[in-house]
Amino acid sequence: MTQRIELVINDRCRTVEVASNTTLLEMLRDQLKFKSVKPGCWRGDCGLCLVLIDGRPIKSCLVLAQELDDREVVTVEGLLDNGNITRLHQSFIEKGALQCGYCTPAFLLASEALLRRNPHPTRERVCESMNGILCRCTGYKQIVDAILAASE
Amino acid sequence: MTKFKYVGRPVPRVDAMEKVTGSAVFTDDIELPGMLHTKLLRSPHPHARIVETRTDRAEAVEGVVSVVTGRDFPFKLGIYVGDRDVLATEKALWVGQPVAAVVAETEAIAEKAVQLIEVEYENLEAVFDARKAMEEDAPIIHERLGEYRTLPIFSPRPGTNIASVFTLKKGDIEKGFAEADLIVENEFSLPQVSHAYMETMCFIARHGADGNVEIWSSSQPPFIVRYLTSMSLDIPLSKIVVHAPYVGGGFGGKAGLNFEPLTVLLSKASGNRPVKLRLTREEHFTVAAIRPGLHATVKTGVKKDGRIVAEKIVYVFDAGANADYAVNVGRAAGYDAIGPYDIPNVEAESFTVYTNKLYATAFRGFGHMELHWAIERQRDIIAKKLGMDPIEFRAKNVLKPGISETGTGARLREDAANLEECLRRVGDALEWGKKPAKPKEPWKVRGKGLAVLMKGPAIPPNTASSAVVRFNEDASIELMVGTSEMGQGTLTSLTQMVAERLRVPMEKIRVASLRGTASTMYTWQTVGSRGLFMDGRAVLEANKDAESQIKQIASQVLHVSEEDLELAEEKVRVREEPWRSLTLAEVVMGYMYPGGNSIGGPVVGRGSYIATGLSVLDPDTGQGNPAVFETFGCQGAEVEVNVLTGQVEILKAFSAFDIGRAINPLLVEGQVYGGTVMASSIALFEQLIYQEGVLLNPHFLDYKIARMSDAPEDMVSISVENPQEDGPYGARGIGELTMIGMAAALGNAVSNALNIEIKDLPMTPENVWKAVTRQNPKLLERAKRYLKGE
Repeated sequence: MTQRIELVINDRCRTVEVASNTTLLEMLRDQLKFKSVKPGCWRGDCGLCLVLIDGRPIKSCLVLAQELDDREVVTVEGLLDNGNITRLHQSFIEKGALQCGYCTPAFLLASEALLRRNPHPTRERVCESMNGILCRCTGYKQIVDAILAASE
Repeated sequence: MTKFKYVGRPVPRVDAMEKVTGSAVFTDDIELPGMLHTKLLRSPHPHARIVETRTDRAEAVEGVVSVVTGRDFPFKLGIYVGDRDVLATEKALWVGQPVAAVVAETEAIAEKAVQLIEVEYENLEAVFDARKAMEEDAPIIHERLGEYRTLPIFSPRPGTNIASVFTLKKGDIEKGFAEADLIVENEFSLPQVSHAYMETMCFIARHGADGNVEIWSSSQPPFIVRYLTSMSLDIPLSKIVVHAPYVGGGFGGKAGLNFEPLTVLLSKASGNRPVKLRLTREEHFTVAAIRPGLHATVKTGVKKDGRIVAEKIVYVFDAGANADYAVNVGRAAGYDAIGPYDIPNVEAESFTVYTNKLYATAFRGFGHMELHWAIERQRDIIAKKLGMDPIEFRAKNVLKPGISETGTGARLREDAANLEECLRRVGDALEWGKKPAKPKEPWKVRGKGLAVLMKGPAIPPNTASSAVVRFNEDASIELMVGTSEMGQGTLTSLTQMVAERLRVPMEKIRVASLRGTASTMYTWQTVGSRGLFMDGRAVLEANKDAESQIKQIASQVLHVSEEDLELAEEKVRVREEPWRSLTLAEVVMGYMYPGGNSIGGPVVGRGSYIATGLSVLDPDTGQGNPAVFETFGCQGAEVEVNVLTGQVEILKAFSAFDIGRAINPLLVEGQVYGGTVMASSIALFEQLIYQEGVLLNPHFLDYKIARMSDAPEDMVSISVENPQEDGPYGARGIGELTMIGMAAALGNAVSNALNIEIKDLPMTPENVWKAVTRQNPKLLERAKRYLKGE
């Protein structure tokens, strides 16, 4: 069963025909070709496919696409400011908060959501918010440093 | 402070912009016109003969293009021993081994059809424990072991489950033990673990009707993939192109050859259309290669003054069902069996053994995290028995530059890394000798521990690299090197070396993000912490070559000798009269005189490097020189353990490595933090748990890896920089080293805190609690009394 949904993705209105069993991850990656949304486990364990839905960080593999009618989705491309990187991106780059880069979109989106809610989080609060996303390369330290630096 | 403009500075990664904007391309991001998808049928049995496979029901599903079984692809794969089936042919050797595959228009169709394949199995007796697999009456997993293509440096024992054994002999072991005042013997173990890189493996292949083969693979070594695919499938090398997009973490698991040959064959069987094979996490956990487990027996003879006089070691690596790469893990652990110690009498045997479990491959550290777990726990146990300080005991025995001999009898070079300095620096950072502060809760205890470590790249003696530095019209540069980018950042460090020598700003140097055999220069593999050193040497040669071409042209134009010219600020100029200069842009495409006469031509610098001075180790004694460099280091930790629950918290984790020179301190720190947390995660949480060969924890929910709040807040990376003369700018490799010592350091710290001896990993709360219950029940009783408020 397909259904037509209307939603906003990265500030642009989109109309999409989606099947009832299509996840948001599949819709974004396979149908709409947002390849920055990374699959890692397809079942909510790793957090790599995280996107913002109405500003909240959500694992896109756990959401059915049809539920997205009339909602707003932001992928990492949507964090750019008129095509330019922001202070948060800059902070990730300067602090060395990325290595293989596979988890980077998820961490950037989760950080953006956190800093919007809480512009000056403690280290502990940062860890709590990011615990749902796995990274095997960095040891997390430089990611924490980057988020804290961006909040200063 | 560095005297250089780029080298030694924490410049941002060259791939950072692509990665933060989401435009970095990984293999699964690629879609080709007409591309098909595939699903694998996996064996439900750990050891079973395949009697018959019926595929007709699967073939009948609409949208299915081809269905294949192991018998369609009678090829053997492997980098060192050709023991691996493309798909299981005669027998299935582990639960999860792919036995058949469906190629279809969509993944969903393939998924549906693959379940309709019927396989009739005849169950065989299976063996899951490596030491049991070595027993005489054990079921044999590879009956044809004697027929496999094997590199002559390995010694398989046909008719047994021993894929290879490496023997190290030095001095006279009996005499050594006779001289000893104290002999200590212990057994240690580590389970198999998963690489758990974030990007599951993905492959795309197109086998053209004209015989040309194109492969896209999340691969660490595109050149070795091309070579081994050519050799295994009998396709001419020149007909294969391997592309390696960004790799989402590798850690050794994406080294060697993986599912590239299967994907090529699937494309050929599917009317030459491109085929993608990607693995879900659950499939990945049961199909893809893992790190071997180890059982170690270490017997050490020491004098009262703390000198180690003899050490006898038996390592048994649990390689699982295939040992095509793992035989070299066993070998490397064999020749480095005693770690960074100078011991006159040594005997070590390192076995790589087949079992009916997931098969092992390279893993960051290549056997060294495993062996250091054993010997560095052993060192602390001995020090305690001698009543000696663990640092003092180690300092007495560790390798010293210019003086000591390694286990393989190689004299340490004068400019070798300085291990004693690393040991001292970590000791100082941990405030060694000072008791840890008292924990808040009285049922918790604290302890400190450290471990020293060594490793060099485990490579064939003729391992080589090459590089090209090619100028563009605007004097920007294309740097072409074969190293894959899997997060380690070598491409950034190599770019720094080009900028440094050719005086061109970093942002004008481009390294193509799509790596591969057709677009980059040859390098053997991106493994073994070799990239920066070996590709770096090739880059330095290419720099020199390009510089000399520039100077040759400029010397004719400026009428001075080449020796009087220098490069600076994107110009070539006369050293003593810097106002006499040409911009690089005027020179690098060839110089044109005002009248039109032109000289030179485009500047292309080329450089090659091949490891020199390495030897094929003696087959009976393992003596010789296996490594172009050895990086030494020390890692230490302070932990807090909850006696009641066995929960370990890492309070401090410090590392010091003598890397010769930190080309990019930011990247070095990233490696150290990453390695520290990976090792901590493996030490405290990780194990592949099987029941009768069935993996019980094939998800991140039950195979726990460290999350952000598990990472110690107080992590410090100390760079020791005693340059190695032939390293690029003095540098040695670092990538793998950062996790080799941390597990043992944590084991030592936990043992110290609880006054027990932990010998087996992982140190899960359950295992730690059990060890306390057995070895120090009084401590547990006291903790319980505190809890009751007594």
